[in-house]
Amino acid sequence: MSDGLHPAVVSAQPSQRDEKNPDAPLFEGEYQDRLEKILSRYPFKRAALLPVLNMAQQVRGWISPDTIKRVAEILELSPAYVRSVASFYTMFQLRPAGKYLIQVCTGIGCDLCGAEDVVEGLLKATGTRIGETSADGKYTVVEVECLAGCGFPTMVQINDRMYENVKAEDVEGLLKELD
Amino acid sequence: MITGTRTISLEIDGRPVTVPEGTTLYDAARQLDVEIPVLCHDPRMRPVGVCRMCVVDVGERVLAAACVRKAADGMSVITRSDKIERCRKTLTELLLSDYPEGSAREQKSADDLLLQLARDYGIEGRAPSLPRGNGRPQDDSSPVIAVDHSACILCDRCIRGCDEIQHNDVIGRTGKGYGSRISFDLDNPMGESTCVACGECAAVCPTGALTVKPITVPIEADRPLETVDSVCPYCGVGCAITYHVDREKNAVARAEGRDSPASESRLCVKGRFGFDYAKHPQRLTTPLIRRDDYYPKGPLSSDVKGERRKKPGGLVDYDEVMPAFREATWEEALDLAASRLKAIRDEFGPSTLAGFGSAKCSNEEAYLFQKLVRAVFGTNNIDHCTRLCHASSVAALLETIGSGAVTNVFSDVRNADVAIVTGSNTTENHPVAATFIKDAASKGTTLIVIDSRETGIARHAHHFLQIEPGSDVALYNAMMHVMIEEDLIKHDYIARYTEGFEELKGLVARYTPEVAAKICGVSADKIAEVARIFGKANAAIIYWGMGISQHTHGTDNARCLISLALLSGNIGRPGTGLHPLRGQNNVQGASDAGLIPMVYPDYQNVASEEARQKFEEAWGVPLDPNPGLTVVEIIGGALDGSIKGMYMMGENPFLSDPNVNKVRKALASLEFLCVQDIFLTETAEFADVILPATSFFEKTGTYTNSDRRVQVGQVTLEAPGEARLDWEIVCEIATRMGYPMSYDSASAIFEEFTSLAPSYSGLDYDNLKPTGKLWPCPDPETSDGVQLLFGDGFPTSSGRGKFVPVDYQPAAELPDDEYPFVLNTGRMLEHWHTGTMTRRAKALHAIEPEAVCQMNPQDLQAMGLEPGTLVTLTTRRGTITLKVRSAPSVARGNVFMPFHFREASANILTNDVLDPHGKIPEYKFCAVKVEKA
Repeated sequence: MSDGLHPAVVSAQPSQRDEKNPDAPLFEGEYQDRLEKILSRYPFKRAALLPVLNMAQQVRGWISPDTIKRVAEILELSPAYVRSVASFYTMFQLRPAGKYLIQVCTGIGCDLCGAEDVVEGLLKATGTRIGETSADGKYTVVEVECLAGCGFPTMVQINDRMYENVKAEDVEGLLKELD
Repeated sequence: MITGTRTISLEIDGRPVTVPEGTTLYDAARQLDVEIPVLCHDPRMRPVGVCRMCVVDVGERVLAAACVRKAADGMSVITRSDKIERCRKTLTELLLSDYPEGSAREQKSADDLLLQLARDYGIEGRAPSLPRGNGRPQDDSSPVIAVDHSACILCDRCIRGCDEIQHNDVIGRTGKGYGSRISFDLDNPMGESTCVACGECAAVCPTGALTVKPITVPIEADRPLETVDSVCPYCGVGCAITYHVDREKNAVARAEGRDSPASESRLCVKGRFGFDYAKHPQRLTTPLIRRDDYYPKGPLSSDVKGERRKKPGGLVDYDEVMPAFREATWEEALDLAASRLKAIRDEFGPSTLAGFGSAKCSNEEAYLFQKLVRAVFGTNNIDHCTRLCHASSVAALLETIGSGAVTNVFSDVRNADVAIVTGSNTTENHPVAATFIKDAASKGTTLIVIDSRETGIARHAHHFLQIEPGSDVALYNAMMHVMIEEDLIKHDYIARYTEGFEELKGLVARYTPEVAAKICGVSADKIAEVARIFGKANAAIIYWGMGISQHTHGTDNARCLISLALLSGNIGRPGTGLHPLRGQNNVQGASDAGLIPMVYPDYQNVASEEARQKFEEAWGVPLDPNPGLTVVEIIGGALDGSIKGMYMMGENPFLSDPNVNKVRKALASLEFLCVQDIFLTETAEFADVILPATSFFEKTGTYTNSDRRVQVGQVTLEAPGEARLDWEIVCEIATRMGYPMSYDSASAIFEEFTSLAPSYSGLDYDNLKPTGKLWPCPDPETSDGVQLLFGDGFPTSSGRGKFVPVDYQPAAELPDDEYPFVLNTGRMLEHWHTGTMTRRAKALHAIEPEAVCQMNPQDLQAMGLEPGTLVTLTTRRGTITLKVRSAPSVARGNVFMPFHFREASANILTNDVLDPHGKIPEYKFCAVKVEKA
């Protein structure tokens, strides 16, 4: 395993957890409180769209059509608008993901340093295709634009953990580390 | 947006120009007739500056987009230079690099803006160095709009057209970078999205991405099409339309919104795609006479008999009905009709005859038809379907403010602080009027929607009150109670312009919000809140529809709304007014022209000696001084034998009148019935003579919209077979009955009508073009007509508006253990009244092909009914079977069903009890039982 293959950063407010519950009730209990807190930070409801979507993904693991309709209702936006915004950000999953959502940066920097080999290795090891979830429900591999670590290519993010300097030969160890 | 009154002076291409502050460079250039090329910009929309085609040189480091850049003092703008042209050319090349070979827009109408730019810049083919084909898909799921994502340049026009012009909010974008494309709702296929098929997106799209699909004849750029400026044949909004006509095939190829003050180029699905009914093979083309062996008369088709239909579908099976009739010559049919009507008149007296006109006919036809009934039949038994829609509103308006028409146009909602929309499913029944209301609601007008159903317009409301059906009077009385209690009324206005305030005050004192809350099912606080909002508004406008009028207390409902407006002084100023939204394209005009049993043209009372003398003189015969019978009374008269002969022009009471089982017996017992129509309607099955008439598209005439705007509909197509103009047929019958009647043209009839109708005085076919005029129009050469009525008093005997206080009364037939649900009937977006037209319009039929009713999902669950299953609905008058749809918009305990469907006629169920003043039946309320079929 090469240098730097370790969780570099863990997000303070994780948007992808290991435990995913697609049917979890949205905006109830503590999440209702958080929703109100988010709304209180902005002059109008539309402005709260990104944090609200982020919270919804945290609760359910992905942004489902139902989630979009519910968020649209709460923020008084059209479902088409909410989906437009959600589809722009790779961080928002518009399809249900496996237990481990593996995001590989294929931006220009990482790509020059072998990102495609990493992707290929991951797909081979997990037996999936891009965006698909493995049969055991564990892995989903997606390509993303930039993970803000261009000095440490290839960047990989697994749920909320970042991995730097990933090489194709690291893939096996990386997956093992997850279990 | 123009923000200030300050002006800005600048130079464009060396020419000085002065514009108001806030004007964009694009608009400033237009003022000098300088055309700047655009792709993403449309003057009707908010500029977004995404295509950069409109870049101009303002002397800065980089070029500026003219559509968004505001003019500034002393600015020197160059709109054309080598640098700018190079830039535009490169943009065009880049956009063309992955543009598909065949642009649907170019093939259909040769107006692809991108290809036009390519030609302007001399770009032939694509730059070979650029990648080709973006591989984006086609979406063929909508029956009326073709989507080619590969031809989309992401200019955002369709999104703004959908969001900001029509306010349907269906289109968004999905993805980013090279993969982005437009998407519908949650990236669904267009046909499966909430798209209402208004076609605005296709109308504003500059490329081949969104185009209208052909309906019956191909739309091909190399097939020459002729344009005809006309209006829409459907609702009272009266949208202006340009029809593109294929002369060779004598068919409309496509319809396009035309700019007019009423519709501002907008259309809905019916106007844009529902024009092909006129070409349907079931059109009547020869006069028909009932065969001797089909007497005594009775229903012919299985639907009208009330039996199970033999063939699926929603249209009459001509194999079932045609054998009862034989073809005849016009001479024979007209002679027969005239002689039978004359014989009945002479033997039994004029009052045994009656005529039904139609609000789908032109002013000229309506005028002439009532003249026939009054001057030739000799009776005032003349009525039409307005009786079934706004009769109660008109009764209340005439009683209180002395005029039955609207006091302001619907688009003036943009100047209102508050708008109330009540008993109106505006987004489906007056879709283009609804766009103005939705637009105002998004820009600061507080929208209050009051309805028993959560209609489409309710979703745009700031305050939505879902009241119990029929509880309107209690609610409005309570609102007035709060306004009086909290002194939110206009004392000066009340003192100067009204009468009866003390009586109103006395009555509404009993209606506290708490009392009303119990009746309406809305909290007392909410009632008080909306009363305050309405009372505090500087300008408030009130819209209503059939939900107000079609009750036994319909007149009372309207009286309350009028009192609300009088109490708050909301009449006669910008942003205020009373606007009963009219259903048919010529409801207003048909009433104006006198298709009403109590009044001559322009509401001149038949009971008035003076008015009668005026018309006796004009028509040269003595007239009956007694007011005639109304629609439902005439049907009742047919049943009891007091009405023996009828002439119906374009009316289909079998499906439109309440209690079909009674109507069936009534029609069968008429001694003589002459039906003049474009199809063999349910009513025509009972006819002795059927006369083939011309459709809207085949004639010239004027139509008066909901705003009082009189517009000219022009001949678009040739009439099929031997079909004749309606007014010509009326003249023939009159002449054969001994009253010679002849005119050179529709405009000659209009001239006679306007000479007798002071409100229409001064209007003629020349000054009505191109976009019509509002009546009254004292100065037609220079003005558009009077938009605001009654700014200074009312045309009543006292000159004052009258408060008519009324108590709440429940509906006539309340739910009980046996019939536990409330049945509400109405319309749906894609269909029109008895379906005669829309069910024969291919696109509309494709979207809504079958009879449905709607129920609350919780009720469905409680009854163990899956959406889509067949249910039977039973009332004390009859039973029908149809599919049920789950609709959260319908409150629990209610069933909603449209009345368009002959195979499951809502009016088998409805209650024919009448409002005592407006004589309108209670279509909106009866008790019904729901069972699994």
